[in-house]
Order: sequence, then structure tokens, then C-alpha cells
Amino acid sequence: MKQFINFVRKEFAHVMRDRKTLLILFGMPVAQILIFGFALTNELKNSKLIVFDQAKDPASQEIIARIEASRYFEVERNLSNAAQLESVFKEGKIKMALVFPAGFNASLLHGHHAQIQVIADASDPNAANMLTNYVSAIIQDYQRSLSKSSLSPYRIIPEVRMLYNPQLKGAHNFVPGVMALVLMLVCVMMTAISIVKEKETGTMEILLVSPFKPILVIISKTIPYLILSLLNVGSILLLSVFVLDLPVNGSVLLLFAESMLFISTCLTLGIFISVKTSSQQVAMLISLMGMLLPTILFSGFMFPIENMPYLLQLFSNIVPAKWFYIIVKSIMIKGLGFSAIWKETLILVAITAVLLIISLKSFKIRLA
Amino acid sequence: MKETVIKTDQLSKRFGSFIAVDAISFEVQKGEIFGFLGANGAGKTTAMRMLCGLSVPSSGTAAIAGFDIYKKTEEIKRNIGYMSQKFSLYEDLTVLENISFFAGIYGLSNSAIKEKSEALITRLGLQKEVKKLVGELPLGWKQKLSFSVAVLHEPKIVFLDEPTGGVDPVTRRQFWDLIYEASEKGITVFVTTHYMDEAEYCDRISIMVDGRISALDSPSALKTQFKAATMDEVFYELARGAKRGD
Repeated sequence: MKQFINFVRKEFAHVMRDRKTLLILFGMPVAQILIFGFALTNELKNSKLIVFDQAKDPASQEIIARIEASRYFEVERNLSNAAQLESVFKEGKIKMALVFPAGFNASLLHGHHAQIQVIADASDPNAANMLTNYVSAIIQDYQRSLSKSSLSPYRIIPEVRMLYNPQLKGAHNFVPGVMALVLMLVCVMMTAISIVKEKETGTMEILLVSPFKPILVIISKTIPYLILSLLNVGSILLLSVFVLDLPVNGSVLLLFAESMLFISTCLTLGIFISVKTSSQQVAMLISLMGMLLPTILFSGFMFPIENMPYLLQLFSNIVPAKWFYIIVKSIMIKGLGFSAIWKETLILVAITAVLLIISLKSFKIRLA
Repeated sequence: MKETVIKTDQLSKRFGSFIAVDAISFEVQKGEIFGFLGANGAGKTTAMRMLCGLSVPSSGTAAIAGFDIYKKTEEIKRNIGYMSQKFSLYEDLTVLENISFFAGIYGLSNSAIKEKSEALITRLGLQKEVKKLVGELPLGWKQKLSFSVAVLHEPKIVFLDEPTGGVDPVTRRQFWDLIYEASEKGITVFVTTHYMDEAEYCDRISIMVDGRISALDSPSALKTQFKAATMDEVFYELARGAKRGD
């Protein structure tokens, strides 16, 4: 036991001495949370919109006023003729145009039928889609206010409730995602590198010749990263609660326990990579390309897994981050207990066990 | 009174059809400085790795400090020290941290670590460098420190795998002073080297060619046997017949 503590102390000395890496390890989660929270958002705000209003009647004015009042749009100016439309879009600043035909109000009131042309710059299809949705919603809203006064006998008003995230805040999505990403990065890459480094510099041989058990060498090398990662989980949670106003709805203790599990999964992944490689560069490349990329692609935090081809959906099942992402979302946002996530937990345990067995086996083979 | 600390009998290591070490048999006595010579690829390192318990032999037997190489690897590990050809201390730790770490993994008590590291630092004249990172020391000092760390737990045998590679002649001489000191304390030194002047410093040497031991005796006896003036000539005479190299 004394030998073990001695070893762990040495590992901490390695980590603490490398100030730059330490700064990155602690700074990265903070930076990511802040960037995702304040700089990168899926919502489009203040998109520039132009209006070509040939009607200039109460109805068109009312719609324009409503659009201007929303925080999604900024009405740039009125056009005087249709020919200007194309040149305006070509400049690239304007994302959307609304064209009201002449006599808009009259056809709405008397013919009960009026048209507005909505033109969007679809060179960015996602943005164009969202903007047209916003505009449609505003126009529908106006229609509803009209029909209230005209007493139409048949009306269906869908009442939409967004469960767990009523304001559709992006933070609900990325906080669990960043958590998975950071843990993956710290645990897999740093562990792999620190073990391979011992191989590369030849100190591993000295350790293997010593009476210190090889398995303990590996375990004690992972301990600093385990502790570091728990601190990172803590700092991410603090930031999300106090800076992003995203409360932890479920049990914090359960969240930490599940994080411990995921950290163990990542650590074994790191050990696995370190057993299979012999240079720090290769270990780093494999960790980045082989682990980080799948985590971003297949955890479901950036791209919905449901939309992927079936084969990729199957593949996503072996990405540990996917399960951790589900677990964190369930605990943090839905406030669910262990009974709701035992399956995901079991899968993570299984992945960890398999990785551990394979790495220990190959570690022994290498020794012989 | 002679005490055999290394004894091998027909020890072999095969990798597939390649026979890296081919049935070597030899004995080394306590306190002896045993030179283990051979051209690159002759099988020196593989043989040494087997003796240290880093590699399991394919056939043959061996006993290190009286312990069987197959069954008693734990006991063997406690009784040997090892210094590899790569410089192998932690460059990002200080001199003192390195010493106490390696003493620690051999299970030395805190008071013993303190006492021994002080003695070692004084012996090497490193008092001013104690708090320096090992990476900042010149190579010669690193090598000396590395050797001293390898014998800190007073092993019965210390294995040195080309310990003086890339070191200047003066430092090499000082390094050998340390080896003699260890040998006088009764530590058996098993050393591989490429330098023939170093071979002369050994009590006995073996020369490996193509996985076999083709000569084993004291340097002077070998020179007489091969009618050579220097160890260089002896080595060349034997290594010329080698079929493999690098």
C-alpha cells in the first residue's frame, strides 16, 4: 500500500509539473461551456429581412410590425420594385424577403384568401428553414387574432408543450455533451499518453523489473486523471447551474456515480490504446481520431442518431459516450432516478469490463 | 568461498522459427563483474531480458540469486537491479524525487529512503542539484544517477544493458568506478557493452555470436587463447563468423 501511494504521488508530480497541460485540462471544460453557452447557439437572432410591400394597407403593416417586434428579425428597408430583390440577395446580407401583393388587406377581408410570398436565402438550408418557420409562426399568430373577431365556427388550436425544456434552451443539449466530450478527452488521451510515455522513455521496463505489480502500475497511473475528471465534472455542473441557469433536476450523487462509471470506461479505453501502441504520437492520434470523433458524431449531442442510416445507428451503440449522454440527460434534465437508466448503466459496465479484459490479456502477452 | 548467483542451463528463446538465444549455459559468481558481449542482433538483450524476468524462456533452465526463473519471478525481482540502454529516470522529476520514488517502489522504509538518498547524493556530489529536474543534468551525471538508483535497494545482482552508450571516456571511467564500488560491496554486476576497453575492466566476459556463447573466460585468458594483443582483436576474430547482424 505504501508503495502504491508512493507511485500515485509520483504520478501527481508528473501532472502538476506540466503546467500547460494542466491549464488546458482545467480550462477546456470551462471554455467549452462558456463558448457553447454564449457564442454558439442554434437560435438565429436579428436576421436581416427586407419587405416589398405593394399593398401598404393595415393588414400588411400589422404583419410587418409583428415581425419587427420579434427578436428573430430586423426589418432592413422597404423595396420600391421587384427588380431590386435579386441584387439584394446577391449581396448576401439579407436572409429573407417578404412580398405583399397589392390589395392584400382587401383580398383577405373580402375573398378570405390572401397570399404573401416568403423568399429565403437557402444557401444555408438549416437557417433558411428555421427563418421560414419563424415567419410562418408570426403570420399564423396574426391570423388567429383575426379569426377571434370574425367568429369562425371551426377552429383547432394546437396547444404545444415542450416537455423538460419549455424554452427550448440549447444548454440542455450541450452541457451533457460537453461533459462526455471532456471526460473522454482527459481520460482516454491523457491516460494513453502517460502510459505510452513510460514505454517510450524506457522507464516502464525498470518498473516491470521491480517488485511493483504491473497491474498496480497501470492503476496508479490512472488515479490522477480520475480525480482530475471528477473535478471537471464538478466545475461543469457549477457553471451550468450558476452561469447557464440549468439546474440539476435529479440526484447529484447519482450523477457523480454515473460519471465515475463513465470515467472508468474512458480510463480502460486509454489503457487499451496504450497497450496497443508504442509511441505517444500514435496514441494521441488514435485517441483523437478513433475516440473523440465518434464521440462527437455518435453521442447524439450534435447530430440526431435517429436520422442516421441503420448501420451507423447500430455502430453508435458501441460508442460509450452515447450511453453516458443519455444518462446525464435523464438525471440532469428529466430528473429521473436509477430505475430509468439501469440499462444504459449496465451497457457501460459491460463495455468497461470487455475493454479491461482485453487490455489485461494483451498486457500480459506483451510481458511474455 | 564461492557462491553462484546466476546459473543458466541450455537457456533458449525462440520467436517463431528465429532462435534469438540458442541454448546458453554459464555461471556467474557473487561479486563478479561479468561482461556480456556480442555484436548487434547476437541475442544479448533477449538473454538479459529473460534473466530479469521480462521475457519467458522457450526452453532451458536458469536460477537467479538461487530462484527459479519460471516460478519465482517475484523473489527474483526483489533481488535484482536493472538499468536499460535507454536513459530511464523521470526527466520531469527532481533528483531527489527520482531517488525516493525508485527506493519507494522497492518498499524501502521512509527512514531508509532518507538515509540512502542522502548518502547517494553526497557520493555523487549532487548536493546542489537535489532540487533540479533530472532533465537538466548532463548525460554523464544522469547515467551515474541511474546506476546508483538501480543499486539503491542493495540487490544481489545488477543488470546493466549498455549503460555507457554516448558518454565521454572520462565519465565512462567514473561510471566504472561506481561499478567497482558496487562489486566490492558484493553486488554482482552483469553488463553488456560495445566498448572493448570496458570489456577489459570485467572479471570475466562471454562473447555471443548468433545466439550462442562462443567464448567465455577472463579477458587475459581470452587474449592468450586467440593469440591476440587486445580484446578488439578477440572480438573481431569471433564476430567475423557471424551470419546475422543488423
